[in-house]
Amino acid sequence: MLKQIEGSHAVAEAVALCRPEVICAYPISPQTHIVEGLGEMVKSGEIKQCEFLNVESEFAAMSVAIGSSAAGARTYTATASQGLLFMVEAVYNASGLGLPIVMTVANRAIGAPINIWNDHSDSMSQRDCGWIQIFAETNQEAADLHIQAFKLAEELSLPVMVCMDGFILTHAYERVDIPTQAQVDAFLPPYSPRQVLDPANPVSIGAMVGPEAFSEVRYLAHAKQMQALELIPKISREFQEIFGRESGGLVRPYMLDDAETVVVALGSVLGTIKDTIDEMRADGISIGVLGINSFRPFPISAVRRALSHAKRIVVLEKSLAVGIGGIVATDVRLALDGLDQRIYTVVAGLGGRNITRGSLHRVFRMAMHDQLEPLHFLDLDWGVVNRELDRERTTRRSGPIAENILRDVGTASRQSV
Amino acid sequence: MFQVRIHGRGGQGVVTGAEMLSIAAFLEGRFAQAFPSFGSERTGAPVVAFCRIADKEIRLREPVVEPDALIIQDPTLLHQIDVFSGLSESGYVVLNTNRSFEELGLGAITQKYRRERLITVSATELAIKHVGRAVPNVPLLGAFAAVSGLISIDSVAAAIREKFSGKVAEGNVAAATEAYNTAKAAMELAHA
Repeated sequence: MLKQIEGSHAVAEAVALCRPEVICAYPISPQTHIVEGLGEMVKSGEIKQCEFLNVESEFAAMSVAIGSSAAGARTYTATASQGLLFMVEAVYNASGLGLPIVMTVANRAIGAPINIWNDHSDSMSQRDCGWIQIFAETNQEAADLHIQAFKLAEELSLPVMVCMDGFILTHAYERVDIPTQAQVDAFLPPYSPRQVLDPANPVSIGAMVGPEAFSEVRYLAHAKQMQALELIPKISREFQEIFGRESGGLVRPYMLDDAETVVVALGSVLGTIKDTIDEMRADGISIGVLGINSFRPFPISAVRRALSHAKRIVVLEKSLAVGIGGIVATDVRLALDGLDQRIYTVVAGLGGRNITRGSLHRVFRMAMHDQLEPLHFLDLDWGVVNRELDRERTTRRSGPIAENILRDVGTASRQSV
Repeated sequence: MFQVRIHGRGGQGVVTGAEMLSIAAFLEGRFAQAFPSFGSERTGAPVVAFCRIADKEIRLREPVVEPDALIIQDPTLLHQIDVFSGLSESGYVVLNTNRSFEELGLGAITQKYRRERLITVSATELAIKHVGRAVPNVPLLGAFAAVSGLISIDSVAAAIREKFSGKVAEGNVAAATEAYNTAKAAMELAHA
């Protein structure tokens, strides 16, 4: 049924249709509306046979999720930013134990400096944690990916993170087709665990493994993610058969066939990029974009296939690997190993800075003329940066950087000490 | 694509106003996208929300910098920020005030934009009268429907009933309807 609905509520409704049995919740912006919505549906009886647990922290949320998933319950939670960081030890345990938990990450920056706005730093910090990470471009896709995520997680016995841009998607009202219960039931069978804590058939889960077998257990985690490279497109096709629309998959090409310049990006910024590309195409410029839906596993072959004909690649990412540059760009480079292409990294949208068509036009045109530096920070205010660098050169006790810069840009008034 | 920017202060229903506008457009079979200018919202602090309306899927995620219409929920903002920034020359302005543009020192604005597309409405008074609270967002949507013709007052009423229920919904529908009728009457008077 078509609804004009907030992204968070669309996700809550999609999760509800998956018949979750345990939902553990700890509030943090911008995911709070999702678990609030689910809490209301459990209380009203709209979600049946489900336990909703208010826990005391994100660490507890993931610990409860591990316990309930190991006991055979379909388990869901959501988090963002510092909340994800706070649960990290348990996040690694969930994937190491192979428990098919589904978690929404409503992407948000990480402090310091404290910042509540959107970028991809939080989920990118968990790049290597062993969870599958899939990214939504729209709220329709965010809703759809949660339904696919339970199926993917349970078939592989691996946890799945559904990443959606905080605020930009979670707080946006737009049109979403909410499926029927019958459609979701036809797509998603009841959870049949590979391993379960069952008093009738006792096992222990969580053995200590020494050097004699640790590599083998870890290799199998990698092998499962490689299986996901086959399974993600298959589940996307099955989804399309039942729900009648394209959602998910590994990568999504747009205007790629003859494109000399190809942009690579993840998440909701793909929409603004596509509009920009339409405008540039109208001016006769040969440009396209490749959306990456599955970031972990990283679809090396699909990315290489999609980009092999391009002259140059611009990886635009809302994350920064401090000391090297791009996170996504590093993976794209690996996928293009041995090919003779220029690859540019554009770090954009950090801490909620708006990514506008105007700025995209400028940076894509610079790339087209190969006038872009290898690592570019979109819309960076060099005046502000250089002023602080100068201060540090000339003054030993130059003070806290964030506070200095806020004074320089006029957000905070100058205080006498 | 038609783009609306709503300016107000925390507590005036700016975000809810944009959401209801998007629901009204959706109910008319159009695509709509509403979103706030994200920040640490506080009661009384300036707040901005956006709504895009189109006949095809809206992919754009940047804030509205060149609006086709402005809804200004609080006239005190006129002295604090440049609310008219980027407004197209054929744009609409719906302003919550019981004074005229000229009385507010906005004579230049009436010269720059098309006069018949600028309208004032005593939205706070209407909200207090019908809802009992100084929340001007809904009557402003009624006036917006009148001046722009972009959405019908019936769709505005349906959107209100989707967001609220019972007495609050009906009070808001009455406030929106009165604002709509008053705006229509003022437009006819100006036209006569």
